[in-house]
Amino acid sequence: MSATTTTRKSGASAKAPRGENRKGRRAGWWLPYALLAPAVIFELVIHVIPMVTGIWMSFLKLTKMFISNWGNAPVTGLKNYQIALDFNSAVGSGLLKSFLITAAFTILVVGISWGLGMAAAVALQKSFFGRGFFRTLFLIPYALPMYAGVIAWKFMLQKDNGAINHFFFDNLGLPGDRPFWLIGNNAFWAVVIVAIWRMWPFAFLMLMAGLQSIPNDVYEASAVDGAKPLRQWSAITLPMLRPVNMVLLLVMFLWTFNDFNTPFVLFGGSNPPAGDLISFHIYNASFLTWNFGSGAAMSVLLLLFLLVVSGIYLLIMNRRKDRA
Amino acid sequence: MHETTSAKAFRITTITLLSIFTIVPIWVMVISGLKPLKDVQGAFSWWPSTLTIQPYIDMWQTVPLASYFLNSVIVSSVATVLSLIIAIFASYAISRYNFRGRTIFSTTVLSTQMLPGVLFLLPLFLIFVNINTNFGLQLVGTRTGLIITYLTFSLPFSIWMLAGYFDGIPRELDEAAKVDGCGPMRALIRVILPAARPGLVAVAIYSFMTSWGEVLFASVMTTDANRTLAVGLQLYSTQTNVYWNQIMAASVVVSIPIVIGFLLLQKNFVAGLTAGAVK
Amino acid sequence: MKIRTFAAAAAIAALAITATGCSGGTSNSGATNGGGKTLTYWASNQGTSLDNDKQVLTPELQKFQDQTGIKVNLEVIGWNDLQTRIQTAVTSGQSPDVLNIGNTWAASLQSTGAFMPFDSAAFDAIGGKAKFVKTAMDTGGVPGQDPTSVPLYGLAYGLYYNKAMFKDAGLTPPTTWEEMVADAKKLTAGSVHGMTLAAGSYTENSHFAFINAAQNGAEFFGPDGKPTFTSDGIVNGIARYLDLMQADKVVNPSNAQYDNGTQAINDFANGKAAMVLSQNNANSSIASQGMKDDAYGVVAFPAPAGGQQIATMVAGINMSIFKNTKNKDAALQFVKFMTSEATQASLDKSFAALPVLQGVTPSFTTNAEQAKTFEDIYSNKSKPLPLVAAEDQFESTVGKAMNQMFAKVASGGTVSKADIKAALTTAQQAVEAAG
Repeated sequence: MSATTTTRKSGASAKAPRGENRKGRRAGWWLPYALLAPAVIFELVIHVIPMVTGIWMSFLKLTKMFISNWGNAPVTGLKNYQIALDFNSAVGSGLLKSFLITAAFTILVVGISWGLGMAAAVALQKSFFGRGFFRTLFLIPYALPMYAGVIAWKFMLQKDNGAINHFFFDNLGLPGDRPFWLIGNNAFWAVVIVAIWRMWPFAFLMLMAGLQSIPNDVYEASAVDGAKPLRQWSAITLPMLRPVNMVLLLVMFLWTFNDFNTPFVLFGGSNPPAGDLISFHIYNASFLTWNFGSGAAMSVLLLLFLLVVSGIYLLIMNRRKDRA
Repeated sequence: MHETTSAKAFRITTITLLSIFTIVPIWVMVISGLKPLKDVQGAFSWWPSTLTIQPYIDMWQTVPLASYFLNSVIVSSVATVLSLIIAIFASYAISRYNFRGRTIFSTTVLSTQMLPGVLFLLPLFLIFVNINTNFGLQLVGTRTGLIITYLTFSLPFSIWMLAGYFDGIPRELDEAAKVDGCGPMRALIRVILPAARPGLVAVAIYSFMTSWGEVLFASVMTTDANRTLAVGLQLYSTQTNVYWNQIMAASVVVSIPIVIGFLLLQKNFVAGLTAGAVK
Repeated sequence: MKIRTFAAAAAIAALAITATGCSGGTSNSGATNGGGKTLTYWASNQGTSLDNDKQVLTPELQKFQDQTGIKVNLEVIGWNDLQTRIQTAVTSGQSPDVLNIGNTWAASLQSTGAFMPFDSAAFDAIGGKAKFVKTAMDTGGVPGQDPTSVPLYGLAYGLYYNKAMFKDAGLTPPTTWEEMVADAKKLTAGSVHGMTLAAGSYTENSHFAFINAAQNGAEFFGPDGKPTFTSDGIVNGIARYLDLMQADKVVNPSNAQYDNGTQAINDFANGKAAMVLSQNNANSSIASQGMKDDAYGVVAFPAPAGGQQIATMVAGINMSIFKNTKNKDAALQFVKFMTSEATQASLDKSFAALPVLQGVTPSFTTNAEQAKTFEDIYSNKSKPLPLVAAEDQFESTVGKAMNQMFAKVASGGTVSKADIKAALTTAQQAVEAAG
């Protein structure tokens, strides 16, 4: 929506070219807008207009009776939202459960991915023989097309012919029955592990890039002062990586919370309740029951939640930065 | 090289555990693609009973992988090139000009990262249909539609990363070019772009990977004629048999170009991130 | 003004680039350009692969073109995608002219209003309503309205059994549920199980929820079209089916992960299970695993003693015409061609389908006994799934609830009748909320 204001505002600035435009004085005031135009148009067509349409859909009773003729779909106001937020009903409690699962999933995946990424980045910070090899190796899961990696995991997590159960029960000889990984409660752990496998190399990549921008002499100076590695990490590395971490955590949070592909490829059509992540839940709510109004309402709620969390996060982070 | 024992222990443990975590699925993928069908249907083994490249031969018949491959290459490359061009212009404007609406544009574009794909899948489909009815441009069920979608998906991150990178290029460089009589566009092409090469490579890699791996929109917007690998690969499991060996072989094949490309260019990618996003 | 012109020019340029950059993309999806010479047809996946379907259908479509001059653009769509593709087609109006649907969706799709009702004129154009078997025709849509689909292929569930295993154990094929369970128990030993089920497939599970409930005389929807999922007959029927894995232990818990029917069929064909419940198009899959045609027999899925003799729902594929087709006459001609005796004879054989035309003998198998069994099941022991708009929601909610219950049983938990009732209550609420 705000992108539209950009173009509209440009008309206003046409009348009164502003003083601070001095960098563009040779080019004329319109140049930046012209440069932005293609991006704005594509953003409008692909992101903004569909989003507005989606919000509008959420106020309609858009079930299969009306889907072929949208004009006739009755406006139901907030009814879709009421149903989605009535946690005593089947629909609402399903959404709440899915939300809680997704929240737990996100905390685990983002937290552990960050931890692993940080550990690897620090371990590979000093140069040693083979460093390049391990750096390359660790990046492979990120470079793999997402579905190829997840399908490999799906195969590994099969009960009878999968590698995971083979390792624990045939190689290590654990007693007991082989568990299912893709149905029942274990499905949650399965999707968490797969998502971490996909995500942590990205954290590693970003943190490694961040570490490279820390000058070496800072460490040397502190080493002379007798600082231990752990102390160095908390006193130098962590503060220096603050800007990276700020962005990294937010991006990982958004990607993970919205993750559709991992459960979609891992579970296919039969998603177990324990792995019912919210994007997948909404997709099923829309497409399986043909209730697109209700699905849109759930998506809008999700969007609002993400906006609020991101907003608060950025606010806190910026305030801390100002204080520092 | 002074390293305390505990630091060394930490390094070795971390690297060992993470290596195992990383390698095992890759190993399973590679080795299972070299197994006969009966091996992947029975209990798992870390090594095939007989090594065979048959899955690599059969997989082209089971599903028309070659044509999906071609579609993916076309869609991802065109989307990457276009997205890169558009992102360069936009980032240049953001980085070098102070104009009204700049902040609004940047924040809006970045916040589209928050949009749940399911929210705009159906509306986008409808908009494509409307464009078709009103302007006669066929977008649904064509590569064009997919290209437009994917190039936009990678735009926000690309613009943000490139704008950061451009910020890091001293303004004196383009000022000097302007003194030499270059217009802003020539300054961009002659001075900034060469200096921003790692950033451009990073953005291109990111865009390509985004397009190459997208599943949700591809599954709705493609038909048999323009299906991409992401959707095509799923077809192996809908056949009468679950050909795990062929699925794994196909996974290896679709991964190789992108993994090699990424690993070759990873230094650029890291450099692009360092100067751009991470600043 | 200047900006706008520039922006527009940039947009056009950008679109032109993308358009020319990839004009290689063929668009065979929705283009229903007038002229009446070309039809777009979406076929469902009936053969062993999408490619196999294409090979079977192409010569028939060629024949149609030779006869009428109408060209048919074929796209075969896998079951995973079919529903989504139909939805987007319905939503956008950008649709094929003719398409295949699972006949269980007929009433649900009818309620979208996007499909052409077959009135008497339309029926005359395709050779009359009377040419279809009544059982099959009943699935065309909600009773009392002009149907929006006509039968194309008939399918029915049967109980496949391994002849050698039965003979070795001195058993004869079961005629009641109790016999079936007793036989299955005897045949369960070591790595071999008495039965195998696609217990992770929500469609199969919803079908068997329906069939088992129907054997108890229970209905999922009342006469007013409202869901009545929680009646005792339904709970007991589902409990009976779950107990094959839970109490009787004749089904391998691993089956809870089988999300399509072929995995169960493979187990049967490879001797890991003595019985499998499958639709009659399983033969090619069984043969592809190397099991000979004479190594297995088929009987009707038995009801418990005193129960109603219902062994299957009326399964199969119907054909629909999109209302907004610009080639209605051509579309009707095509439906007529596809449901003609000559085409049916050839397609029934290739896709192992039961005839949907009156007076035609089954040709899907050379085994006369098997053909007779399925013919009998289809005509005399079948019941259509609920012909209500919410049928698709019944399938997804009840089927998925059963998936979860099987998953719970398989991972060592127990599912009581109270649990079943609770799950069905949730399913019913979901269906009500969507209605």
